[in-house]
Amino acid sequence: MLDNFVNQFWPSTIDGLSLGAIYALIALGYTMVYGVLRLINFAHAEIFMVGTFASVFTVQALGLSDVGGLGLIGVVVVLALVSGLVSGGSAVLLEAAAYRPLRKRGASRLAALISAIGASIFIQQLFATIVVPLLFDTSKEAGKLPVNEHFVTRSNVIDFGPITISNDRLIVFLGAILMMIALDQFVNRTKLGRGIRSTAQDPETAVLMGVNIDRVVTATFLVGGIMAGVAAALYIVRFEQAWYFSGFLLGIKAFTAAVLGGIGNIRGALVGGFALGLFEAYGASIFGSGWKDVVAFSVLILVLMFRPTGILGESLQQARA
Amino acid sequence: MERLGTLRRNMMRVTGAVAMSAVLALGAGACGGGDDDKSGGDGITIGFMGDLTGENSGLVIPPYQGAQLAVEQYNATNPKTKVTLKKYDSQGKPEQATTLAQGAIKNDKITAMIGPAFSGESQSVAPILEEAKIPSVTPSATNITLAEKGWKFWHRAVADDAVQGNGAGGFIADQIKAKKVFTAHDNQDYGKGLAESIANVVKPKGAQVEADGVDEKATDYSSTVNKIKQFNPEIVYFGGYYSVAGKLFKQLREAGYTGKMMSGDGSLAAGLVESTGQKNAQGALLSCGCVIDAAGKVSPKSKKFADEYKAKFGSDVAIYSSEGYDAATALLEAIKAGKTSSGDINDFLKTVSFEGVGKQIKFDDKGELASQDIYVYEVKDNTIPLLGKSNEAKPTS
Repeated sequence: MLDNFVNQFWPSTIDGLSLGAIYALIALGYTMVYGVLRLINFAHAEIFMVGTFASVFTVQALGLSDVGGLGLIGVVVVLALVSGLVSGGSAVLLEAAAYRPLRKRGASRLAALISAIGASIFIQQLFATIVVPLLFDTSKEAGKLPVNEHFVTRSNVIDFGPITISNDRLIVFLGAILMMIALDQFVNRTKLGRGIRSTAQDPETAVLMGVNIDRVVTATFLVGGIMAGVAAALYIVRFEQAWYFSGFLLGIKAFTAAVLGGIGNIRGALVGGFALGLFEAYGASIFGSGWKDVVAFSVLILVLMFRPTGILGESLQQARA
Repeated sequence: MERLGTLRRNMMRVTGAVAMSAVLALGAGACGGGDDDKSGGDGITIGFMGDLTGENSGLVIPPYQGAQLAVEQYNATNPKTKVTLKKYDSQGKPEQATTLAQGAIKNDKITAMIGPAFSGESQSVAPILEEAKIPSVTPSATNITLAEKGWKFWHRAVADDAVQGNGAGGFIADQIKAKKVFTAHDNQDYGKGLAESIANVVKPKGAQVEADGVDEKATDYSSTVNKIKQFNPEIVYFGGYYSVAGKLFKQLREAGYTGKMMSGDGSLAAGLVESTGQKNAQGALLSCGCVIDAAGKVSPKSKKFADEYKAKFGSDVAIYSSEGYDAATALLEAIKAGKTSSGDINDFLKTVSFEGVGKQIKFDDKGELASQDIYVYEVKDNTIPLLGKSNEAKPTS
């Protein structure tokens, strides 16, 4: 058991970090929307799923194959742009269709939660029955099957004793870190970012100070969606498979990461994502893969017992630059 | 119950591109088959039950077409008793199958049944057929417990999961001569059972075994891959369905694992090659109690069947098509011998013995197929051709 942990320590760490990076990027969407609206946007997982299909479609449309080396970085940038735009746009649409009407009528948060779940199922089934068959020109039944597109040539870019890191893992990790730095700068340095922080702190006062709440909410969904889209592009580079149901498990994990790090806290999402990825990887190496969720969620419960607001505490406005 | 439920899901998931094309090929022609109005008179009606239009129909249409071919060939000989094949589309759902079975007995007065195709629905339908004393032969329900219910009118034309474990385990130990075997599974009854039975066969033969389970809904199997890389086995056997097998095999090859990879009937679909990626899938091995012999390697009969099937349906024989043909033939042999009542046919099935297009068809007193042959397939390009029987086959690479 423990010798497995020791022997698999480095590969586990690297796999945990590269998966954790994807958790973290998705977690940002949960955490930002929660910070601003106090709403768990359960349809966020589907925003990610939409992004994976956008990436796979782009790969097919460009006819990419055997991409490796520096070319892979270029491809990742293109995929991230496309998926970021598609996911960001979908997130804005989602807000306009599923949450704004409720918000304008002063519906309860519970109603918004149900609307979120409804939107989630709607988007999943829309993709399984209509979008995927149309997009990839397959039969209706095939819409529920994963779409595979093998285009990445993997190689080890770092080979240092027990530490070997493949190109796709490195790109996923670095890409996620870059996006999070960019987001941190956006939230802390720009006017719109200040609007987001002030709305998170106190919506009424923010309105009195001239903050356009609708604009802030739209921006929040857009930015969260873009992060999910980038996560989707990185996920496709790493796993090369899009599936209408792929958001479900990742969404739960990313939400968990957000809570673990402190929901509403942008840097908490980062910490939570990496922590969850590592706990899962270490748990699997010690107890077997079937136990990895048990280990990860036990850690979550332990953390919440002693720090009920998560590792870095709760709110968005406290995340300083 | 749960075990049967999972097995049904096993069947449900195995929908590959080959199967899909079969669905399309059948298309409208089957709907307007006109096989509904010929019953009555001195004819006999045989039912075929299974998921014929649902998302898993890719597994059931090949055996249905096999049965259809057998009945047509029989009727073309101008026999004294004409046979009508009537289909019952259960969608693979036990509750739907139960209602359909009752209607088939009361209204359509079926004399015998081919199916139900999946283990879960077989579990619900077999007692009803038992009570009505209607004999049935299923082409594809492989759950072990089905033969243990003491049903007198139930038979199957395919080996069960335990036999597959023995066959595939024997192949790994005796043909590949593996000393280190890693068994992975998807933590479900079918997959885990298969993986464990493999381990139980190879361990006494001196192989060192390690095991791990993966989450079927997850995408990232790197922790299992890391375990396999550390253990460095000669072969990895995965018990489960092709979509999971594909993800695991892909990530194994990408991580630099160079040993053999093998899985069972749940992964025997074109979708395996698709999700593993053609390059990484090459040489992957599959075990199955079914005979899919498009090239006609097994026997002249299987060659003839493959050609006739292709001529009629425009597609190659697929999973369980020869089992469907042989199940129908078993019933037709009885009718040829002048047995036209359900009871007589059932008595005849106890003694029937003939060389089918797949295997020797002979049932033991539980209704289980006497033949214990398991076949091994090997991925080549984007097809999965037959390699041979598990006790004779040699992997090409």
